[in-house]
Amino acid sequence: MFDTIKIRKDFPILSREVNGEPLVYLDNAATSQTPRQVIDCIVDYYSNYNANIHRGVHTLSQEATDKYEAARQTIQKHFNAQKAHEIIFTSGTTHGINLVANGFSSLLKKRDEIIVSALEHHSNIVPWQMLCEHTGAVLKVIPMNQDGELVMSEFDKLLSQNTKLVFVNHISNALGTINPIEVIIEKAHQVDAAVLVDGAQACPHIKPDVQALDVDFYVASAHKMCGPTGVGILYGKEKWLNLLPPYQGGGEMIAEVTFEKTTYADLPHKFEAGTPNICGGIAFGAAIDYMNTIGFDAIANYEHELLEYATEKLLAIDGLKIYGTSKHKTSVISFNLEGIHPYDVGTILDKMGIAVRTGHHCAQPIMDYFKIPGTVRASFAFYNTKNEIDKLAEGVKKAKMMLS
Amino acid sequence: MTIQEIQNEIIDEFSMFDDWEERYQYMIDLGKTLPLIDAQYKTEDYIIKGCQSKVWVHADLENDKVVFTADSDAIITKGIIAILIRVFSNQHPKDIIEANTDFIDEIGLKEHLSPTRANGLVSMIKQLKMYAVAYQTQLS
Ligand SMILES: Cc1ncc(COP(=O)(O)O)c(C=O)c1O
Repeated sequence: MFDTIKIRKDFPILSREVNGEPLVYLDNAATSQTPRQVIDCIVDYYSNYNANIHRGVHTLSQEATDKYEAARQTIQKHFNAQKAHEIIFTSGTTHGINLVANGFSSLLKKRDEIIVSALEHHSNIVPWQMLCEHTGAVLKVIPMNQDGELVMSEFDKLLSQNTKLVFVNHISNALGTINPIEVIIEKAHQVDAAVLVDGAQACPHIKPDVQALDVDFYVASAHKMCGPTGVGILYGKEKWLNLLPPYQGGGEMIAEVTFEKTTYADLPHKFEAGTPNICGGIAFGAAIDYMNTIGFDAIANYEHELLEYATEKLLAIDGLKIYGTSKHKTSVISFNLEGIHPYDVGTILDKMGIAVRTGHHCAQPIMDYFKIPGTVRASFAFYNTKNEIDKLAEGVKKAKMMLS
Repeated sequence: MTIQEIQNEIIDEFSMFDDWEERYQYMIDLGKTLPLIDAQYKTEDYIIKGCQSKVWVHADLENDKVVFTADSDAIITKGIIAILIRVFSNQHPKDIIEANTDFIDEIGLKEHLSPTRANGLVSMIKQLKMYAVAYQTQLS
């Protein structure tokens, strides 16, 4: 049995009230909550060994450096990267994507092609558009179907010798669809294209093995996996990271500087200019340890149970439509009540202490596809309960009654 | 009635509600019953970029007073718009410019006018005042 009562005790925020009601937090796909173990780690850092890293000879600096590098190794192990220096600390998924996009600007030429999917977080399409403007490369889009799945036969048609890079999310944030990245990676490699996978939504639910996937780049954010905001990672195969030029100039990323020429530092420092989010990186390691203690298999099983339970409960409500109906999805339910604006539903739910996301979820192309202004999105984490899902269903029924 | 008098009247009305449900039900009903804006103004030109719910505003000057019409695709937003229109429409530009919106807090709807709320209402009030400023210049 998955012991949610015990697990919930790890999360101080879950015992607070919102608008006089116990908080029901179902916006985990936007950001997850933080367990005491991670909060303690942050407090410990600032209380005991806050110092700049890789620079000082003094004890504090050494301790901070050791912990930071130990976190990198924890992350390396978690993602099964071959080498620790293939893990680059970033400020989050967005940063990682921009780093890769920027790096490719010196590798692409006119008429090269980049393939992205129709399921992307729209802010993550922008770096590729910028890259194309810059280089004259062409952006191609893998379309999706009514279930919110990528149409793989179309992907096959888009792939060619001109394809240099494929960007796809592992799991869609708006619909929860798990994309067949294994197939995408294998096929892209057949034409020698590199693949960058956005794992922001996948990492809270599954443990990706970057070597087994043979993925070239993989990015994630700590704040969606029980860690703090403002920190994340870029995994890149060593050969690719060596090939890409540095993204930002600054301290830490250089080996030698004269006014004539600067020699860049080795990996991973080449991509880590300036003082990083030291505490964040260390706490990210603690978050990964925490999630592994619970166990990703147990998490996946339990969340699947929550998804099925919630799907059944919500579909029992007349006039409720779920968007994203792939058989392969994580614990995300995007839905609308017929004739009712998602914003109104979200507002009523908030009054009842239930936190959901409403809007286009930064996936405007998906909303345009379904011809809707947005959806209400409930996303479940391993610390949510069936009782909370009952409250959600009750809340939605009440919203429907009040609003129609 | 002056803006202040209307605001006091609304505060009185809302003081009769016991809880959020009654307040919201009242706003939802307001939102449902009022035709707020002429269809010809529900275009991109009159839209206020508010992220999640769309808000349209239009203003005319009649007998030296500004007459506002507005609409939204979300019903709670529309209910609040109905209240704002009741307060600000048919008033002299100068009074609109000087009016505050503290009454929103008193009727328990403060959260909807938080600048971080993605419903377009804050921009809408700004827009109402901008119209008033424009007509004020026209009048003087
Ligand atoms: C699929 C996906 N990619 C990228 C991001 C952006 O992550 P961050 O804001 O941490 O950079 C998100 C977060 O909403 C996401 O869901």
